[in-house]
Amino acid sequence: MNVFMLGWEFPPFISGGLGTACYGLTKAMSELGHHVIFVLPQPVHSVTDTHVKLKTPSSELISAAYRAYTLAEFENVEFRAIPSTLMPYTSPDPRTEAVISRGQSMLEHEVAGGAGGRPDPHAPLSILSGGAPGFAPGQYGGDMFAEAWRFAEIALVLARGEDFDVVHAHDWMTYPAGMVVAKALGKPLVVHIHSTEFDRSGEHVNQRIYDLEREGMHAADRVIAVSFFTKSIVTSRYGLPADKVEVVYNAIDNNGHTYELPPTILKDEKIVLFLGRITMQKGPEYFLAAARKVLELEKNVRFVMAGTGDMARRMIELAAELGIGHKVVFTGFLRGDDVARIYKMADLYVMPSVSEPFGIAPLEALSHDVPVLISKQSGVSEVLTHVLKVDFWDINEMANKIVAVLRHPPLQATLREHGNFEIQKLTWRDSAQSCIDTYQRVIAARKGGR
Amino acid sequence: MASVCFYFQVHQPYRLRRYSVFDTEHNYFDDYKNSEICRKVATKCYLPANQCILDMIRVHEGRFRCSYSLTGVVLDQFAAYCPEVLDSFRRLNDTGCVEFLAETYYHSLAFLYSRAEFEEQVRLQQQKIFELFGKKSTVFRNTELIYNNAVSAAAHQMGFKAVIAEGADHILGYRSPSFIYQAPGLPIRLLLKNYRLSDDIAFRFGNQSWSEWPLTAEKFAGWVNQVNGNGYVVNLFMDYETFGEHQWTETGIFDFLYHMPGAVMAINPENNFKTPSEVVDAYPTDGEFDCPHLISWADTERDLSAWLGNAMQSNALQEAYALEAAVKAKKDPELLHDWRRVLTSDHYYYMCTKYFADGDVHKYFNPYESPYDSYINFMNVLDNIASRAK
Repeated sequence: MNVFMLGWEFPPFISGGLGTACYGLTKAMSELGHHVIFVLPQPVHSVTDTHVKLKTPSSELISAAYRAYTLAEFENVEFRAIPSTLMPYTSPDPRTEAVISRGQSMLEHEVAGGAGGRPDPHAPLSILSGGAPGFAPGQYGGDMFAEAWRFAEIALVLARGEDFDVVHAHDWMTYPAGMVVAKALGKPLVVHIHSTEFDRSGEHVNQRIYDLEREGMHAADRVIAVSFFTKSIVTSRYGLPADKVEVVYNAIDNNGHTYELPPTILKDEKIVLFLGRITMQKGPEYFLAAARKVLELEKNVRFVMAGTGDMARRMIELAAELGIGHKVVFTGFLRGDDVARIYKMADLYVMPSVSEPFGIAPLEALSHDVPVLISKQSGVSEVLTHVLKVDFWDINEMANKIVAVLRHPPLQATLREHGNFEIQKLTWRDSAQSCIDTYQRVIAARKGGR
Repeated sequence: MASVCFYFQVHQPYRLRRYSVFDTEHNYFDDYKNSEICRKVATKCYLPANQCILDMIRVHEGRFRCSYSLTGVVLDQFAAYCPEVLDSFRRLNDTGCVEFLAETYYHSLAFLYSRAEFEEQVRLQQQKIFELFGKKSTVFRNTELIYNNAVSAAAHQMGFKAVIAEGADHILGYRSPSFIYQAPGLPIRLLLKNYRLSDDIAFRFGNQSWSEWPLTAEKFAGWVNQVNGNGYVVNLFMDYETFGEHQWTETGIFDFLYHMPGAVMAINPENNFKTPSEVVDAYPTDGEFDCPHLISWADTERDLSAWLGNAMQSNALQEAYALEAAVKAKKDPELLHDWRRVLTSDHYYYMCTKYFADGDVHKYFNPYESPYDSYINFMNVLDNIASRAK
């Protein structure tokens, strides 16, 4: 199977689940022996990873427009990065920087103070300056749409030189490209929904984005949703017939990753972690409201908010208003080892999302042996049983459960033991195979003349 | 001659209400849900099943006989929520064909944690049975048929003549549960559950993909009759809720129950029905049942893992029994009753993570969405009880 895949982010330059999912899916497809051409808008300056090999483009015209490269662990995947400003993330508010740097120094102190006197001088938390992601629905400029269409144009030029069976587009910004390529070259189109405008913006949807999402979903031969939760939004809000939508869950790479970090971190406080974009969708204010309730009963606990987003500043203010500013730490956006490090310190990971299509982060937390509390308004709650679940709005119950985890080590131990085991059945190989099955179905349907 | 010995377990726990760590009141139980379930099960099971048994006793003119083990907590709930069930048990008692067994009042795992509490609870339940039915029980059954040699020793010490236990294959080996056994070195007798024939009724009866479905009274009578020449007794031990609740009326379970005694006695006129104490009086002992390790009648493992399978369960049990001295020192009957009602084994069963992801029988009986929710709720209640015992 040859797949022409359109994405918009890829590790290590990611903001969240979409890049992780594209990474996992394409890697597994490659391992299954399928050939993937992965096209993404990527600022050229960011292609500095040592795993990346540049390939000499064949055409003068294209060479100016994109860079081709391969990655060592992706034998059958070719990457095409189109320089573009198609990055839907905004820089953090500069006024949050001061608070974030306080959080950073707190974490550095904790790490350096641990490990039985073996501080790791090479392990400061790196908070990326500028470009730190945070999905800001209110802040799309008109040029975002222009960029999406420019991306489509270049993708089409690229596609004409390639041999493939199916077009697979991830989320709305690649739908123009997906539709253009599929139509021009007569290939079937599969669109993959990692999040909808309703998840990101509640009822205050951006009409242009909604229209583009709707157009892409209806133009597609088949639609893949990352959960039944998302499928129900797609059918009820976008008018798609249910039998056109398949659910393919996300997964986690679990193949013997070991995290070589200070084994024991001496800390005198328990840590409850929020890790994700600080946006309306992720429910950060519910986390803080629950934190305040928890602190009525448990003093020896600190709440860490890792991530940035358009609500970061508001959350810093809210923590102060609630009188718990001294118990809440903002770290800014974390990557790589910093993520592993913060998980190592955490006693509980909380994902209070208001509307979460899937939610890969809880799987990552579990893979780091951190027990997890998630909102029921999430796709991942469909696949996890050995986690704590609450309605995102039920801050009393959220606090009740947080206190229980902090007070009762056997609860933590049981969640850890079973949770880590449970995620091992969620593999990218299975998810990739489900995508391949979907491709085969749409190709067969086309051949059948439908 | 083959004797069929029925023992039906009748129990309902006091389910806890949602009790948050922020709650401070002393009412821990979900009265609404408990009364609702009690009345629902009474309508579907206890009342029609008692009527069925009463009819069978009358039709067979006393030749049909059976036994019950009624927990104190279910009797209390009958009295509060559906006293007509108590009346129907009194009518059964009046026939003289029914035996009542002894067990812990609170359906607890006290035997494993506190011998003193265990004995108190057994005495309380015996006393309750005596008050209601005017009979002193002589046969003991431990919660969930949890058993080892020490249970026999304790029961013997307390004056019982026999104990009910699971006929676990790994203890019996090639031997049959159709004989009467004896605990090593003790005169106390053992009746072992014939789990194949018991489970044919309790678990498989309504299963249409079972190769023996549909199970008729005549077919079952044939299986019972095979014991002739190879033992004395077929011990059919099961939850009473099998009739009408686990196996719905629509499966034909009541018709099966009603017709089974006639079929058993028709296939061989020498066959009969006996209660546990009648069985031990009628037949000799055939060797020892040496069971040093704990067994139970639960799941396929027949062990304690349904109540003690994970860290939450053992923690909750230990914390609960750790309060015994403090609670008793308070000499507050309400506090004592509250504490004892959270010792009921069901609370720990709800915390079982075994098979949880598969959504099986454990889930069906679980009022909580997850074992973790149940542990959190339980520990919040226990914490409040502990604060009262200080």
